[in-house]
Amino acid sequence: MSAAKQKFHQVNTGVDKVDALGLALGQGRFTDDYSFPGMLHGKLLRSPHAHARIKSIKTKAAAALPGVAVVFTHRDVPRIAITTAGQGFPEPSPYDEFILDNKVRFVGDKVALVAAETAEIAEEALKLIEVEYEVLPAVFDPRKSMRSSSPVIHDEKDCEIVIPVPYEPEKNRVARVDAVVGDVKRGVAEAEMTVEDEFENQTASHSAMEPHCAISRLDENGRLEIISTTQVPFHCRRIVCRALNLAPRQVRVIKPRLGGGFGGKQEVLLEPYVSLITLKTGRPAKMRLTRREVFVSARVRHNMITKVQVAAKKDGELTAIDLYALSNTGPYGTHGLTVASNVGTRTLTMFRCPNLRFSSDVVYTNLSVSGAYRGYGGTQGILATAIAMDDLAERLGMDPMDFYLKNVISGGTEVPILKELGEGPVLGQPHIGSCELAACIRAGAEAIGWKENRGRPGGGRFRRGMGMAVMMQGSSIPYIDMASAFIKMNEDGSFNLLMGATEIGQGSDTVLSQIAAEVLTVPTESIIPFSSDTDLTPFDVGAYASSTTYLSGMAVKETAEKVKEQILEVGAKMLGVKKEQVTLEGGRVRGPKKKSVTLAEIGSRALYQEEQFQIAATASRISHESPPPFAAHFAEVEVDRATGKVRVLRYVQAVDCGTPINPVLARGQAIGALINGLSYALTERYIYSKKGVMLNPNYGYYKIYSSRDIPEITTIFVPSYEETGPFGAKSVGEICISGPLPAISNAIYDAVDVRLHRTPFTPDKVLEAIQLRERG
Amino acid sequence: MEIVLTINGEEKRVDARPSETLLDLLRRLGYQSVKFGCGEGACGSCTVIMDGRPVNSCLVLAVTADRRKILTVDGLGTRQAPHPLQTAFVEAGAVQCGFCTPGMILSSWALLEKTPNPSEEEIRLALDGNLCRCTGYVQIIEAVKLAAGRMRRKKKPAGKKKKPAPGKKKTPAGKKGKKS
Repeated sequence: MSAAKQKFHQVNTGVDKVDALGLALGQGRFTDDYSFPGMLHGKLLRSPHAHARIKSIKTKAAAALPGVAVVFTHRDVPRIAITTAGQGFPEPSPYDEFILDNKVRFVGDKVALVAAETAEIAEEALKLIEVEYEVLPAVFDPRKSMRSSSPVIHDEKDCEIVIPVPYEPEKNRVARVDAVVGDVKRGVAEAEMTVEDEFENQTASHSAMEPHCAISRLDENGRLEIISTTQVPFHCRRIVCRALNLAPRQVRVIKPRLGGGFGGKQEVLLEPYVSLITLKTGRPAKMRLTRREVFVSARVRHNMITKVQVAAKKDGELTAIDLYALSNTGPYGTHGLTVASNVGTRTLTMFRCPNLRFSSDVVYTNLSVSGAYRGYGGTQGILATAIAMDDLAERLGMDPMDFYLKNVISGGTEVPILKELGEGPVLGQPHIGSCELAACIRAGAEAIGWKENRGRPGGGRFRRGMGMAVMMQGSSIPYIDMASAFIKMNEDGSFNLLMGATEIGQGSDTVLSQIAAEVLTVPTESIIPFSSDTDLTPFDVGAYASSTTYLSGMAVKETAEKVKEQILEVGAKMLGVKKEQVTLEGGRVRGPKKKSVTLAEIGSRALYQEEQFQIAATASRISHESPPPFAAHFAEVEVDRATGKVRVLRYVQAVDCGTPINPVLARGQAIGALINGLSYALTERYIYSKKGVMLNPNYGYYKIYSSRDIPEITTIFVPSYEETGPFGAKSVGEICISGPLPAISNAIYDAVDVRLHRTPFTPDKVLEAIQLRERG
Repeated sequence: MEIVLTINGEEKRVDARPSETLLDLLRRLGYQSVKFGCGEGACGSCTVIMDGRPVNSCLVLAVTADRRKILTVDGLGTRQAPHPLQTAFVEAGAVQCGFCTPGMILSSWALLEKTPNPSEEEIRLALDGNLCRCTGYVQIIEAVKLAAGRMRRKKKPAGKKKKPAPGKKKTPAGKKGKKS
């Protein structure tokens, strides 16, 4: 069934975001807006060394400073190996971090914790802590990590990974991925043309405008209550419990309004520390990262070196893709394995090609800790494959657009490589349901005038060029992610929708309310959403893996359907007919002879009048697949040959996300991800000293796009319907971040005939490439 | 030291610590719509209007706000009577996480006070100091244009107010089309 054929009244409409007016009025309450009487403020002492053993720590002077309540070092906390990565359980990331340790592994690693009456006093106290370090050799280049001459970053005996995958900390290797379908050697032998190339992407900061913050306190029954900027409240509870030897029944995690996440708040960075303070002192405690700390000590995108070989016959038919990623996860292996395997999943799945191989080594270094970041491996993989394919098409004398149209998959295709690469078990032969990638390519090409404008750089100092790329993401992690919801009906015909699905700004409260409203045939205003409190809402893995609209959406839909059955039952009784004789339409239960009762009458009867009971239901869903959204991106750039500066003039993205449940919010997701991707492609970078110190931890020197930087953007949603999704929906949150790297690199090639392999495409790199080419 | 300042039209006599920023003071007094984003004047989350001009309150020492007039987004509109910028932000999809929104709206307000009919370039320039990681700015710029248009129409003399031909009743302003 297509979206066009199905009549919707609440979904597929741009209803106002339910929380937007409150936020525009300044009434949103974020974590930092909460405070409690007697609240302490915590600060962490950070390591100045990239790799060192702590020989001694003297905290006497700090503890004696008036206003200091407590100081913790590694001697004062339980030594339990954890991962800060908020993922499914058992976690696919190694337990290789301790809340405080006798060793530091990057500049910015935690050394000691101070709690004081004010944040200023805590800062003062940090200066009074004397630490004697034994500085160890460090390794910063992931290419050198696995060499026997490199220092071992995790030489402690108590780190481990709890799922059955290889983990070799003695070699600085966090994970190894190997997936093969067909025979790549044979594929290359059959080809007319082969392109081999190597690429490297930089680390980057998520840069949510709200810095990480957490507050803890004891409630009147002595339970630990945590308010946190978390994308993953239930994982957060589990990780805090592990770190501090607590049981889930002792802990409540509340997610208030969140100021953006993008994967950066899928990490449990502050919650164990505020909890330590509260448990020790009995007092509420707050910690908020400074922006510098967000840059230096929170998480970044995985820097990867990707090697790719693509091969095709004369007519452009792909015969082999061989992709390798060396992933630099920093000193802790958060999301190391899963981001790496997604490099393969998000690229190799898209093409009809019989011979595919993906392999990866994930290695420790003493640079920033990497973690989940919107795009999650897809960004890194598409960088490599989309530039190599552009090159391959060129060498075959083909327009890249035609090359893609020849090779991309369509709906219903089987993708055996997914069996090798999935995060969870894959039952049966994995296949793709809906796929309108070819339609995306055609729509985008037409909108930007691809055929007319490409390959016409013009002359002189400023040259123009066009480039394209195709990409995909997933929608939830099959067989692993679970979402659930609870709905109860009130006497005015309104409904409380309680869900673990985590609104972090992306609009899930709205989208999920629309889904409930669609089933219950009421306006979205009749749904009162409440998200993410581990005491009050049912479980959901949280906001990641592009899962919320798809998976939490299905849970909400099923919950609403159960509630609808109860409504029909009561309505039928009130009308004196059988349940089979009534329907729910337009907020009324309608029976024969045009008789009907309103939802308010039904709600009121159920709560107050006859055979009283609470109309309510809960439902849980796991997914059996992860239907990918697809997109085609087209960039037009202008390159200044004198300075190397690249200006993006126009950008067109055509997206297949199934039914956009809320087209206004879906467009916001697509554009938001795109601008983050453009900013990443052209300006954002971590600059490190030779000793591993990040030299630009502020917005002055770490440039993110502002309103002045954005090009003219066109976003197209191609008609699509995903049968397994709620009202035909797939995800749309992450996918569009992955296009700019290759689309811009390809456009630069079209303009000035040089291929850029290392991101970001800053003027120095572009100019150097142009000059190298001119020198021949 | 004691200072006197007017916040959202209300005169306040408060004790400001010598090193306290205006951001910290305002938040301490309960104006929590003023957000801490970077603490170094680069992100604009803490924007407030001081004597008619947008400032990064994290860079202003509280004591220098003595005898000044401060406007925060709380003073701009209420749920019952939101400012046109606030409704436009909602309708245009310009609010995602909402953390930058108070600052964005105040910078937009300052622009429209001076320039009621801004060009797109003027809007982009006015918002250059307010970072947003969620929206990609497109819908924010659209919201400012939408609000500017409505505010101009409102200001026009009474005789010209009714534009749509009688009988052809317009649906309440701001009902969006489907175009994306």
